[in-house]
Amino acid sequence: MLDVRRVRQDFPILRQQVNGRRLVYLDNAATTQKPRQVIEALVRYYETSNANIHRGIHTLATRATEQYEDARRKVARFIGARGPEEVVFTRNATEAINLVARAWGDEHVGEGDEIVLTLMEHHSNIVPWQLLARRTGATLRYAGITDDGRLDLDELRRLIGPRTKLVAVTHMSNVLGTINPVADIAEMAHAAGALVLVDGAQSVPHLPVDVQALGADFLAFSAHKMLGPTGVGVLWARAELLEAMPPFLGGGDMIAVVRPESSTWAELPHKFEAGTPNIADVIAFGAAIDYLAGIGMANVRRHEEELTELALEQLRRVPGLRVFGPVAASERGGVVSFSMQAAHPHDVATIADGYGVAIRAGHHCAQLLMRALGVPATSRASFSIYNDADDIEALVEALEGVNRVFGEGRERAAVR
Amino acid sequence: MSEPPFDDLYRELILDHYRRPRNHGPLPAPTAQAEGVNPVCGDEIHLDLAVDDGVLADLGFWGQGCSISQASASMLTERLKGRPLTEAEEVAGKVRSMLVEGAPPDPSLGDLEALEGVAKLPVRVKCALLAWNVLLEALRQAKAAAQEERHG
Repeated sequence: MLDVRRVRQDFPILRQQVNGRRLVYLDNAATTQKPRQVIEALVRYYETSNANIHRGIHTLATRATEQYEDARRKVARFIGARGPEEVVFTRNATEAINLVARAWGDEHVGEGDEIVLTLMEHHSNIVPWQLLARRTGATLRYAGITDDGRLDLDELRRLIGPRTKLVAVTHMSNVLGTINPVADIAEMAHAAGALVLVDGAQSVPHLPVDVQALGADFLAFSAHKMLGPTGVGVLWARAELLEAMPPFLGGGDMIAVVRPESSTWAELPHKFEAGTPNIADVIAFGAAIDYLAGIGMANVRRHEEELTELALEQLRRVPGLRVFGPVAASERGGVVSFSMQAAHPHDVATIADGYGVAIRAGHHCAQLLMRALGVPATSRASFSIYNDADDIEALVEALEGVNRVFGEGRERAAVR
Repeated sequence: MSEPPFDDLYRELILDHYRRPRNHGPLPAPTAQAEGVNPVCGDEIHLDLAVDDGVLADLGFWGQGCSISQASASMLTERLKGRPLTEAEEVAGKVRSMLVEGAPPDPSLGDLEALEGVAKLPVRVKCALLAWNVLLEALRQAKAAAQEERHG
């Protein structure tokens, strides 16, 4: 069982009041808060180990390099990679996907080829493929969603064919919370000779993820959505794929030998990490991985699934509120999107903020999904390990406040 | 715990314009048209003008979005209907000063003063401004059309 009260003590930011109320942070799908262990790792690095890595001889350079590479080993273990050389640090999940679109896509995707996506993708798993399609003359195909917000697997199966080069799919929708059966999808794709890229930005922070069980070829995710600092993303790929790919960016640290006309590339994963990387934040990300691994991802998932079940049950009691996505908490992560009859999502978020409750409103970087759902925007509450039943109660109270301001506003004015 | 006060932002006048928008829908014979989208939030305003001899004889708006964006558009049409183009520009300037610079509302703004509370919420200022930016674009078109008529 997760001791939420103890966990909360590790997150200094949660101790504050917002608009005179206890801060209830429910925007975790956008970014999570950071435990003091991560903040301290960041400060400790700058106070004791700061140096540039990989080529330095002196003590600090050696220490910084060890800490940076140690973080890479932690990430590799966390996702079940065969080795640290399969873990490439980027700026964020978006950059990791762009790396694949450039370095792998430009080599392997040509005119007439097809890339299969889904309508529930985040823009970060759409736009890089649109750019690749424009460069190469490839075609994009989109699998739709069912009425209850699950991926239409029959349509996906029909779309995957001999021309498919890549299937790029989110493991967990950042809007609906839907958890997609990635292992089955990978099987379908591989049977057609296509590769699979999984957007794990929402899943790796909240579910036990093992890349061997996943069966995917590429996995992208971001540190800042899993208690780590901003500015660090991860691309995991099978080593033989990374070996065969040309570099993404050129510069220092990614070369073996530089001659006037051409150069040779460094070993994996350094071939893909040009220039001085985000050393401090990678090391602090290592502390975030330690923190999550210490709790155990199965415990994280169990806690958030219970919370989601409670939220779904409580939100359905709010008059005029409609929840999007799968009915069963077991089929979704801790992300709940909803709309309210009385008010637009932005008004909902503004009023919730008045209650100290931080939720998201808008298209959530998923305009294709908004169109498929037939709404311009939704409100979204998303959970993490430091949220509990009190937070759900605060959310419901805030949403009842929305109904009071918008639904019964006239009566209130008359009374006054 | 007591309810947080929202009277400052969601004044009854704003909620009333949101629930019962005035001058809603396209005009039968507009002389200028403009539209605007706020890419961050997806708010959308379309505005039709019927300009007659330098006067805004009629205005019509439609679109989708939050209460602030839609109420602001509704109040805009009500305030400017039957007013000269020059006054429309003046009022737009005063609304902008109130929302962006936090200037106290000019008495000539009338009901638009209800938008004053938005100035305290930077993320919502763009919602209230959308209709006014669309108006300025429509006015530019109206002027260009008038000029063409004069010279043409």
